[in-house]
Amino acid sequence: MVSKKSINFIAILVLTLFSVSSYGNSDKQEPGNPVNTAQEIKEYIAHHLKDSHDFHLFTHNESGTHISFPLPVIVWTSNGLKTFMSSAFHHDDSGSVIVEKGDTRLVKLHSKIYELDAGATTVAFDEHHHPENAHKVLDFSITKSVFGMLLAGLLMLLGFSALARGYKKGHSVPKGIGRILEPLVIYVRDDIAKPNIGEKKYRKFMGFLLTVFFFIWILNLLGLTPIGFNVTGQIAVTACLAIFTAVIYLFSGSKDFWKHTLWMPGVPVVLRPILAVIELIGFVLIKPFSLLVRLFANMTAGHFVVMSLIALMITMKESFGVVGSTGMSLVLALFISVIEILVAFLQAFIFTMLSSLFIGMAVEEHDHH
Amino acid sequence: METLLNDFSVGLFVMQAVILIILILLMRKFAWKPILDALQSREDGIQNALDSAENAKLEMQNLQADNANLLKEARAERESMLKEARELKNKMIEDAKTEAQAQANTMIAQAQAAIESEKKSAMAELKGHVAGLSLDIAEKVVRQELSNKDKQLELVESMLNDAKLN
Repeated sequence: MVSKKSINFIAILVLTLFSVSSYGNSDKQEPGNPVNTAQEIKEYIAHHLKDSHDFHLFTHNESGTHISFPLPVIVWTSNGLKTFMSSAFHHDDSGSVIVEKGDTRLVKLHSKIYELDAGATTVAFDEHHHPENAHKVLDFSITKSVFGMLLAGLLMLLGFSALARGYKKGHSVPKGIGRILEPLVIYVRDDIAKPNIGEKKYRKFMGFLLTVFFFIWILNLLGLTPIGFNVTGQIAVTACLAIFTAVIYLFSGSKDFWKHTLWMPGVPVVLRPILAVIELIGFVLIKPFSLLVRLFANMTAGHFVVMSLIALMITMKESFGVVGSTGMSLVLALFISVIEILVAFLQAFIFTMLSSLFIGMAVEEHDHH
Repeated sequence: METLLNDFSVGLFVMQAVILIILILLMRKFAWKPILDALQSREDGIQNALDSAENAKLEMQNLQADNANLLKEARAERESMLKEARELKNKMIEDAKTEAQAQANTMIAQAQAAIESEKKSAMAELKGHVAGLSLDIAEKVVRQELSNKDKQLELVESMLNDAKLN
């Protein structure tokens, strides 16, 4: 039998695509009032897609208690560094709970931490619901995303150092988890790095490519679990990854690469400056931007669609009945989840593939013609 | 776009950069380097083993070809030796035959000569004997015949008769 708590847990995961109608703007959920309107579901999805400061597992609706564990908040305010546990906000996300640290008053609003201006005691909002007397702080908190990254990093370190130790012990054929990991490493090396960068130069970039591939893949997969990480759907995370790639290929560019980028041989001299501008914009801005947006958009969309399909169970209840909507939601969500497993790999693959392609372009040495 | 920029958290970006750098360094040190080195050395080992197997196969083939050649040569040599021996044998037999023939011929000739001379001397001796014997007989007969006058006359008579008849 499914316990009442897990039913609530599922209900909490539930969200929608078809949220057109609005039933007022209630930021705070009332006790005994589960997430079941289109608007609430929409907000729930939006909330999930954002980073959060505590690790929320589920909410017990009847008592209104949130089951979650707090994560450390580390913020750089105008009065210096402040650290406390996120439980100080009491799960408030509307800016009504004020945490006072010395002279600094901090509130959490839509998953962002704001510092109230000196003298202010409550948050005042303008007509767009933006706070008027508070500003954002530099937030180095161990948020859910950071926690996810640390978890993924830890998993990678454990798994791959086990594989490495296996080789050191003299087994040339890996045992245990290494049997799964070794072919993946070989895959990245032989099918992603070598063909794109070239046999001679690929070795230098393997550290970055392998790390990024497994980092993205593990985080994408973690995002599919009900724990609900959405790390690769954070634009800051994908931007960081893309900028790393850009920095690496810009700094390892060969003489030929810069010559071909800035002063393309074989085209009329008049066109060369124009080409140089286009190429520079391409390498410095467009290529990293395409990398960051592709990963971000794919993962965000994936989370959005899966959650929306689960939410069909509630939003379609009136039209199709309990069994109909649940069945439809189950089949569709299952279908999309299977696709998302593929997408999780595919996006890691594409990111690594394109990174190595760009690196390959930059390090290529042309035959002199 | 505004929401995207609003959602962009500089803090998260910094945390991600720090974590990623540390992770890349740690993974390189503890995982990727040993793993890639081990894979490389394993692949080199496999390649070497394959190469040496291929070499061994080639060597084996060469060796076999050599052996076949040697065998062929040995066979040819044996053949020629046998042929030579056969020729030698035939020649020796031939030589022996002619020599024997020649020797036999001379021996026959000598024997014949000896026989001839023996025959001659025997004949001469026989002739002597016969002559002596005849003389003796004639002497004896004459003596007997002449011992008596009548007889002598008779003889003369017969002889005269004979002479007449002649």
